[in-house]
Amino acid sequence: MFAFILRRLAVAIPTLLLLIVFSFVLMHLAPGGPFTGERALPPAVLANLERQYGLNDPLWLQIWNYLYNIVVHFDFGPSFVYPDRTVNQLIAAGFPVTLTYGALSFLAAVIFGVSLGVVAAIWHNSWVDYLAVGISIGAQVLPNFVMAPLLVLVFTLWYRLLPGGGWSFNDPSFWIMPVIALATSYMASIARITRSSMLEVLGSNHIRTARAKGMPEHRVIIRHALKPAMLPVISYLGPVFVSMITGSVVIDIYFSTGGIGKAFVDSALNRDYAVMMGVTILIGTLTILFNLLVDVLYAWIDPKIRY
Amino acid sequence: MALLTLTDLSVRFQTNDAEVRAVNNVNLTVEQGETLGIVGESGSGKSQLSFAIMGLLARNGRATGSVTFDGQEILNAPKKVLNSIRAEKIAMIFQDPMTSLNPYMRVADQMAEVLVLHKGLSKRDAVTEAVRMLDAVKIPDAKGRVRLYPHEFSGGMRQRVMIAMALLCRPKLLIADEPTTALDVTVQAQIMQLLSDLQRDFGMAMMLITHDLGVVAGACERVAVMYGGRIRETGPVRPIFAEPTLPYTQGLLDAIPRVDQNDEELRAIPGQPPNMSRPPSGCAFQPRCPYARDVCARIDPPLETFASGRARACHAPVAEVLARQMTRHPDTDQTAAHPGALPGQAIPHGAVAGAGAAGTPSTTEGQ
Amino acid sequence: MVIDQQKMQSLSDRLVQDEVKGRSPWADARKRFWRNKAAMFGLTILVLVALFALVGGRFAVWSNEELDFSVMGQVAQMGQPSLENGHYFGTDNLGRDLYARVVQGTQISLMVGIVGAAIAVIVGALYGATAGYVGGRTDQLMMRTVDILMSIPYMFVLILLLVMFGRSMSMLFLGIGLISWLDMSRIVRGQTLSLKNREFIEAARATGVSSFRIILRHIVPNLLGVVAVYATLLVPLMILTESFISFLGLGVQEPLTSWGALISEGAGTMNYGTLWQLAFPLFFFVITLFGFFFVGDGLRDALDPKER
Repeated sequence: MFAFILRRLAVAIPTLLLLIVFSFVLMHLAPGGPFTGERALPPAVLANLERQYGLNDPLWLQIWNYLYNIVVHFDFGPSFVYPDRTVNQLIAAGFPVTLTYGALSFLAAVIFGVSLGVVAAIWHNSWVDYLAVGISIGAQVLPNFVMAPLLVLVFTLWYRLLPGGGWSFNDPSFWIMPVIALATSYMASIARITRSSMLEVLGSNHIRTARAKGMPEHRVIIRHALKPAMLPVISYLGPVFVSMITGSVVIDIYFSTGGIGKAFVDSALNRDYAVMMGVTILIGTLTILFNLLVDVLYAWIDPKIRY
Repeated sequence: MALLTLTDLSVRFQTNDAEVRAVNNVNLTVEQGETLGIVGESGSGKSQLSFAIMGLLARNGRATGSVTFDGQEILNAPKKVLNSIRAEKIAMIFQDPMTSLNPYMRVADQMAEVLVLHKGLSKRDAVTEAVRMLDAVKIPDAKGRVRLYPHEFSGGMRQRVMIAMALLCRPKLLIADEPTTALDVTVQAQIMQLLSDLQRDFGMAMMLITHDLGVVAGACERVAVMYGGRIRETGPVRPIFAEPTLPYTQGLLDAIPRVDQNDEELRAIPGQPPNMSRPPSGCAFQPRCPYARDVCARIDPPLETFASGRARACHAPVAEVLARQMTRHPDTDQTAAHPGALPGQAIPHGAVAGAGAAGTPSTTEGQ
Repeated sequence: MVIDQQKMQSLSDRLVQDEVKGRSPWADARKRFWRNKAAMFGLTILVLVALFALVGGRFAVWSNEELDFSVMGQVAQMGQPSLENGHYFGTDNLGRDLYARVVQGTQISLMVGIVGAAIAVIVGALYGATAGYVGGRTDQLMMRTVDILMSIPYMFVLILLLVMFGRSMSMLFLGIGLISWLDMSRIVRGQTLSLKNREFIEAARATGVSSFRIILRHIVPNLLGVVAVYATLLVPLMILTESFISFLGLGVQEPLTSWGALISEGAGTMNYGTLWQLAFPLFFFVITLFGFFFVGDGLRDALDPKER
């Protein structure tokens, strides 16, 4: 197992370095970028950049410095727009918020999605099944940017139950709508995948064996069917994670939750490349680490996978 | 009283297009300690018959009629009743040991859970017992290998694990659904040998479902031939193999490739098995039958006893079918080729497919 | 929201089997498809939406850029959907005709979806077919590259690109298309691998047909089933992606518009009581997605029938 993780890391780290170098080069190529001089930067920003990268150094040295600072000091350098802020500060302000509602959404999507899918498969072709299929088909066309306004319309404008935006770590009523908006469509996808894989597993030979052993149906499902039925769901978790992080941008904008998505879009609109790159690289790292986790989980469940 | 009695057992499957009549009005008995062979082509309903007995039909399947085990009705019985019979009284092994064992659980866990469930043993005792049973099915180093996953065993070893798992509770009846079909020929013989040894040692009855006549010849006392969801011929093995009174059985026996005859080609039964979603009105075998007559297309012949312990469902007279049999396989030819064989015996000892030949030494396949 | 890769795999396996058995899956599939009520429903929706996009503009009384000064400043009271003043769907906050805007948004969203999906399918199919057909170390290298690209958070890179190189339509097409070909290439590679040693390919090779022509003439047509299903399911995903970016204000720019941009506008103004600004674009967005999903699922089920 250890060797397996090492081998995956051996692929992950070059990927990440590649991503960093790629973004840095993009930044140089960008028309109107900070280094081409088409746009006048505030003198304080230029001073920061000069100190950080050495703008007169050759490109490879600048890349090296950038890489070095990220890897060794976890330092993404200064913002291009706010002279007194660093990328790290901007990210650190938003990250805990994103993490909180992101993790809650992820858990909600997995728990409700899997339960719905399992229940639908067990009572195949019953009203529960039809309901589950109906929900999951309906939720397919309700991505976060559709859910968010609809939720605000219903819960804030019509019923005045929940605050329409903002964030507080102490008041869960601020969390509810972001979590629902972000989780719904993924919950639906997870339910669909769980249902079809559970149906497939329940029709498989080894489940027939388990039943022939005289096991009560609930034990057949829990002990024998659940694990294999989860495998496709687990490999789907990687994409869910990425899409949720992406979706958090919408949440941060629409609900003014103040997560890193806000920093990203602001920097995109302000052309603050340093922040954009910082966020992209941070998210790339998280994605790669999460995929590694998923692979390990998969290998742990499926004994046929050789490390 | 018979151990297992099937009365008018029928199985229907509801599919999108039509109703499939997989098993039709089957009557059968299995006595204590007896081995009954059920033979038929794929699609003849023999596997569905066994699933119906165990209550393991697919969701869209429905069984009607009656199945009594030890005098107790078990067809469509409540789950609780069925679960107390499954594995404990009637155990089952399946065709494909590759997929019939749970690939995500250690063999120890899969076996132990049977004993924990039915006998209330502790996990530790259950595993000890499982190892003992693995020893009994001649798995070398059972103690070490009980911790492995099924994919770490070879095909034959997996089937041995299946068998050991089925026998844990010492069932009175073992239903073996094509136990050797997915295995290599050499391994087939070993598994059949093992099964008959275990059957003797444990004193259980066995229902052996197979399409391989060689397996039946080697292992069974009585045989029932299924075609199109119905039993068409039944009787003791020897007379049926020697004098098949049913055209279909005759065709099956002829279709076995034999090394002792210099046939230019294999004698396959022409045509296709019937489509059971649109069963023919008359005898299901009629389109393929060399003895077919007018009545066959209209009336499905009933299963009628014609000699002690033997029954057949055919409109053609016994004498006519037997006469053709004689001209095809002259007795002299048989006895000359097999000095030890009974006169007129058509058991394919020399058959390539005859993996069930009882004389195979019981070596375990190498690992 | 995401295409179920397991079902795609099953479809792909099935089509390879059909090919090997020399059976054409299309005749039966067509029959099954026409009998599939959900798919027919979806197809009807798509035809209607396409008609709306193509000829809907002719019925507009107002152009999409004209400002109706009579409703300006009192949109909530005066700008409601009405047949009398020609604003069938009402007006937006600036007094522009929402009907004309929705027609335009529909055109652009459909176009982005279809062109994006086409780019993704063509790139993915060619890449996958090449990797699978050439095999060996090239295949290894190409698929490892796909693995690496898969772990990049694309939406962010796409936004990065859009910001750096300007938010043009062509950039949007290209960017959206280029982020979605990876899954396609994997499936196509798998299918190519299982096709490439079949007799008819061997025969073509033996008669001296060049590799490129073999891929184009023999492998690609055999991939048609998977590609058709994938493309149908990809279009709504592309529309979703575009709408997402436009919702953030980073995609299609004024005076052009798209469903995502219109939904964003509608969502921003709904607390002024102008709900129709959200309702109409959202309605077209939702039914179109449904249409594509139903047709795509129907196609797949027709080509790979299974009791589900």
